[in-house]
Amino acid sequence: MTFRKYLVLAGVTLCASIGDSLLSRGMKQVGSISLNHLSDLILAVLNPSVALGILLLLGFFACYMTALSWADLTYVLPATSLGYVLLVLIAKFYLHETVTTTRWIGVLLISAGVGFVTQGPALTHHPPKAAEHEEEYEPAAPRNHR
Amino acid sequence: MKQAFTWSAIAVIVLASTTGDVLLSRAMKQVGDVGALWRRSGLWTVLGRVLRNPNFLLGVLAMTTAFYSLLFGLSWGDVSLIAPASASLTFVTNAVAAKIFLHERVDHRRWMAAVLVAGGVVLLAA
Repeated sequence: MTFRKYLVLAGVTLCASIGDSLLSRGMKQVGSISLNHLSDLILAVLNPSVALGILLLLGFFACYMTALSWADLTYVLPATSLGYVLLVLIAKFYLHETVTTTRWIGVLLISAGVGFVTQGPALTHHPPKAAEHEEEYEPAAPRNHR
Repeated sequence: MKQAFTWSAIAVIVLASTTGDVLLSRAMKQVGDVGALWRRSGLWTVLGRVLRNPNFLLGVLAMTTAFYSLLFGLSWGDVSLIAPASASLTFVTNAVAAKIFLHERVDHRRWMAAVLVAGGVVLLAA
């Protein structure tokens, strides 16, 4: 994992959570859209928050696809779930909402999950079968590799 | 009865988004490291290869299905149940599907990560 790859993962996280918040804010400004006036949905794009939100979600998709080109799905998904934590922090410090203890525990669990997955390798290497168990149950005795 | 509808909506969303994630992941592994390919042959080659990949197109179709099922689900069910339940279950089903269909090595660490994140997402909605 290089610094540039961590930047792409950060891009997935930031674009998804900020894009979703902007869309949510924009759609609340636009107001509810009835099924009889679906053309309002097209006009909603004119709202700056909605437009910026869509742009960020496109950025999210590009970063997500890039990340999947060099990392496993089971690595990318948990690693980028920090976006949920970010949303809670935005709610707490930017929107001044009260965050309950249950939610803080949720934040803790997600952060722990991210910690677990990012300690391991990002990509499964398929051909070498010998490397299959190299990371599990390492013997306590010191190894003499050089 | 409403309960049954809600849970079947959740099942459809989870199934569609897991299928989508697996197909998109397979497509991008076939395309290869996007950064390296970009440096070697330019952005248009990257875009061409991604957009012509059948798995990518099917993956986008599955993701679209998941998105519309979510919208339909939200129109009859509880937002506070459907959104977090489907988001949370998707982390676990993706770990299972990635192991079976993508042959990813899902070790203890990754199982723990999937379960912890799934649990955390549930608590955030509680």
